[in-house]
Amino acid sequence: MSAISMILVVLVAFLAGMGGILDEFQFHQPLVACTLIGLVTGNLEAGIILGGSLQMIALGWANIGAAVAPDAALAAVASAIILVQGGQGVKGVGTAIAVAIPLAVAGLFLTMLARTLAVPIVHFMDAAAEEGNFRKIEFWQIVGIIMQGLRIALPAAALLVIPSSAVRGFLESMPAWLNDGMTIGGGMVVAVGYAMVINMMATREVWPFFAIGFVLAAVSDLTLIALGALGVSFGLIYLELKKNAGNGGGNGGSSNTGDPLGDILNDYE
Amino acid sequence: MAESRIKLSKKDRLAVAWRSTFLQGSWNYERMQNGGWCFSMIPAIKKLYKTKEDRAAALKRHLEFFNTHPYVASPILGVTLALEEDRANGTKVDDAAIQGVKVGMMGPLAGVGDPVFWFTLRPMLGALGASLAMGGNILGPIIFFVAWNLIRWAFMWYTQEFGYSAGSKITDDMSGGMLQYVTSLASIMGMFVLGGLIERWVTINFVPKVSTVKLQEGAYIEWDKLPKGAEGIKQALIDYNDKGLSLTSEKVTTLQDNLNSLIPGLAALLLTFLCMWLLKKKVSPIIIIVAIFIVGILGHVVGLL
Repeated sequence: MSAISMILVVLVAFLAGMGGILDEFQFHQPLVACTLIGLVTGNLEAGIILGGSLQMIALGWANIGAAVAPDAALAAVASAIILVQGGQGVKGVGTAIAVAIPLAVAGLFLTMLARTLAVPIVHFMDAAAEEGNFRKIEFWQIVGIIMQGLRIALPAAALLVIPSSAVRGFLESMPAWLNDGMTIGGGMVVAVGYAMVINMMATREVWPFFAIGFVLAAVSDLTLIALGALGVSFGLIYLELKKNAGNGGGNGGSSNTGDPLGDILNDYE
Repeated sequence: MAESRIKLSKKDRLAVAWRSTFLQGSWNYERMQNGGWCFSMIPAIKKLYKTKEDRAAALKRHLEFFNTHPYVASPILGVTLALEEDRANGTKVDDAAIQGVKVGMMGPLAGVGDPVFWFTLRPMLGALGASLAMGGNILGPIIFFVAWNLIRWAFMWYTQEFGYSAGSKITDDMSGGMLQYVTSLASIMGMFVLGGLIERWVTINFVPKVSTVKLQEGAYIEWDKLPKGAEGIKQALIDYNDKGLSLTSEKVTTLQDNLNSLIPGLAALLLTFLCMWLLKKKVSPIIIIVAIFIVGILGHVVGLL
């Protein structure tokens, strides 16, 4: 890998680290991070495919309140680097995903470490506030952000230093049953993210919509956009009906508005 | 008095909105988003307060504990800007009122931001982008990134402006119908799409053969009786497509075929329910993830998966 590529990879890793805490631009999402690393190393297609596959697994990972989800940023960046170093191109995606999961867990510790290290930072801010010193508060905020960027950039740089032959040797030494088994596990592990989301959202009221979505998805002609449109429509119809049911009755059988269809429909309320 | 009223210009408000992008930069276990909140308020504090004492007091006021969904912090910032503006112009707005508005709004609004952004919008845009990307299509990541940031920025700017113009009335306004409506719609959408995602993307394939049935003569293509050459290929295709004959003389049914004939994706659904149950039992998601990989490897080795 050329020196320029390496610098760009570390830069992407830095953005991903910042994104992981800020959760604004989404540079830490595998779809974006893996694609960018693929782009700067000349493995665009493999990067996109890895990003897409990892994104599916990470869909439901979200930081809620003070709870921290598995670290998508480190998983995405490190597995993309390993994919590139392994030199297998698109074929290496399955293995890269398998490596990504333990990395997402390892990333958790780094996240917690960084969030603890940020405690003294806000104490410095307190001191600066006492003096009414804007500059110092801004400085410490930026230090905090940089620290979060380094959380991913440093491990990425370390991975780059490891010679690619070592990475390749390690990947090739993995037996086929382990590889295939990991790939199978990767297909199932998606369920954990979905389960997390459902546990947060499910109420008795919305379960039927889950069932409808599940059954309709078996119709393979329906694209995701089509499913989305169906979902919005069902939601709007339901909420509208619910609203009418709430204040219905009062206007039932009222005026004859010269709208025969409307009158007939009203009779059914 | 009215002429000398200090007002925050649109430029000041834009500066605050831009800085709130970095709200979580110094997220810490003690007071969470407080550093980023104070950082965001700085352009306004600079404009509104001139003496060192006032500025120090304002900075300390905004370093108190704060935590919400990072995007819905925007309407709260808007309201706080309005309150600080009133205070700087001599209205009696005490520290407790400002802190009360912040704390009062952050909980309910986080309850909106999490389902709308993390559980509905991101899984949907993510799944859309990812399904394109898995085929190697660069549009996948691009659509995800551009659409997300457009929606995010539009949301942050307009809700901050809304908060600023509505002042402290916003809490009443938003706890009314509109907020409820958006949250309900988001959770309906979210559950609907989740059902679909589980069917499509959780892959479990049980390989054991349940049965191998020898088919009757005439139900399969008898390869040795086909004419030679192209004529034979044509005959075979006609048999297969039009008459629906089987390619082999045996019909193999795997466990997966049996499950699919109940409902496609049943195994995926059951796995998801198991995960939900484990999570409710306070089993860490990390442990579940690792366990699933172990099951995948063991299942493959023994020939189940």
